[in-house]
Amino acid sequence: MSSSCVDAPDDYVGETSIRGVVERQGKPAEGAYVRLTGSQDEFVAEHRTTDDGSFRFWVVPGDWTLICIAPGADRLTQTVSLAKGRAVDVKFDLEPAATAAG
Amino acid sequence: MAEYANPDALVATDWVAQHLNDATFKLIEVDEDTDAYEKSHIPGAMSLHWRNELQDPVVRNFADKGQFEQLLGKKGIGNGDLVVLYGGNNNWFSAYAYWYFKVYGHDNVKLMNGGRKKWELEGRELTGEKPAVSATSYQAKEADSTIRALRDEVIAKVGKTPMVDVRSPDEFSGKLAAPAHLPQEQAQRKGHIPGAKNVPWSKAANEDGTFKSIDDLKALYQEEQGLEPQNETIAYCRIGERSSHTWFVLKELLGFPEVKNYDGSWTEYGSLVGVPIEREYKEENGG
Repeated sequence: MSSSCVDAPDDYVGETSIRGVVERQGKPAEGAYVRLTGSQDEFVAEHRTTDDGSFRFWVVPGDWTLICIAPGADRLTQTVSLAKGRAVDVKFDLEPAATAAG
Repeated sequence: MAEYANPDALVATDWVAQHLNDATFKLIEVDEDTDAYEKSHIPGAMSLHWRNELQDPVVRNFADKGQFEQLLGKKGIGNGDLVVLYGGNNNWFSAYAYWYFKVYGHDNVKLMNGGRKKWELEGRELTGEKPAVSATSYQAKEADSTIRALRDEVIAKVGKTPMVDVRSPDEFSGKLAAPAHLPQEQAQRKGHIPGAKNVPWSKAANEDGTFKSIDDLKALYQEEQGLEPQNETIAYCRIGERSSHTWFVLKELLGFPEVKNYDGSWTEYGSLVGVPIEREYKEENGG
């Protein structure tokens, strides 16, 4: 699992959000489900990626966990800390499931 | 393993896959946003837009009986047809549609466990082709008020009837006025209906969208929260779609005989003048 978490460029100040992309073998992955959960493991939102593999969650500042599941891939998680007015970038690189069904 | 109270309320993705070409049921994908359906959906599925087709466009209410009859007739659904519903958003809107169909007396309806997500995670077939539809006529029953709670009934039952608030803990406590990712969707006040228990809808479902086992559901609602089937229970959330999911759990899976969905939910109750509200969260400046 690889991830990159970088602060957004200055023109995104004021847009508190978590945005990212899901990729499979270097290409955008459609049909992946990215779930946003809060500090109490509560469900906040979920997004199904389309053909560009992107997702974006507009949320209040705080600590968040992202869970990514996709067909034939291992479940991935990442945690981020979001400050007001900043956007955090996240990437999920899907790996083939270790116990994929035949 | 113990079974759900009404196991026939659900069908598995496997069952749908095996019967796709049977023509023995009408398959409908119910969504808030039908973009995904337009691109691809389970073969044979029709689309149903939660807002545009199920809601009155002017008054905040269901489409009326006549509109519902026209809607189903246009989609080629007859009174005797088995309808299988599924959708995105972890089956929120398809659970809402299931409840809605029940309100208008269409009892031969089932939910596909896990919804669109489960189907996709299993790598099953999707198509962009829309099914051919032959319009028919449909006769709905008068709306069944035994499963739907409206504003005045809810106000009268505050503190008397067990209620389940299925929003996030932060919405329930009053820390947030709306879901964390929809800060603009606020009621006038924060908090919850006095006496309501907080059981977020997602605790009833697995990550793949399927419902948890009967034993897990009993532990969650009955053991942990003290909800009992001999009491009437009212479920609510923000606009009634998450609480439909919980309504389905309580009514069909746990078999509580008397469960109502309060679809006005917090966007209505939290903006009413003079109603009692409980709020555990206290902001430093008393906001």
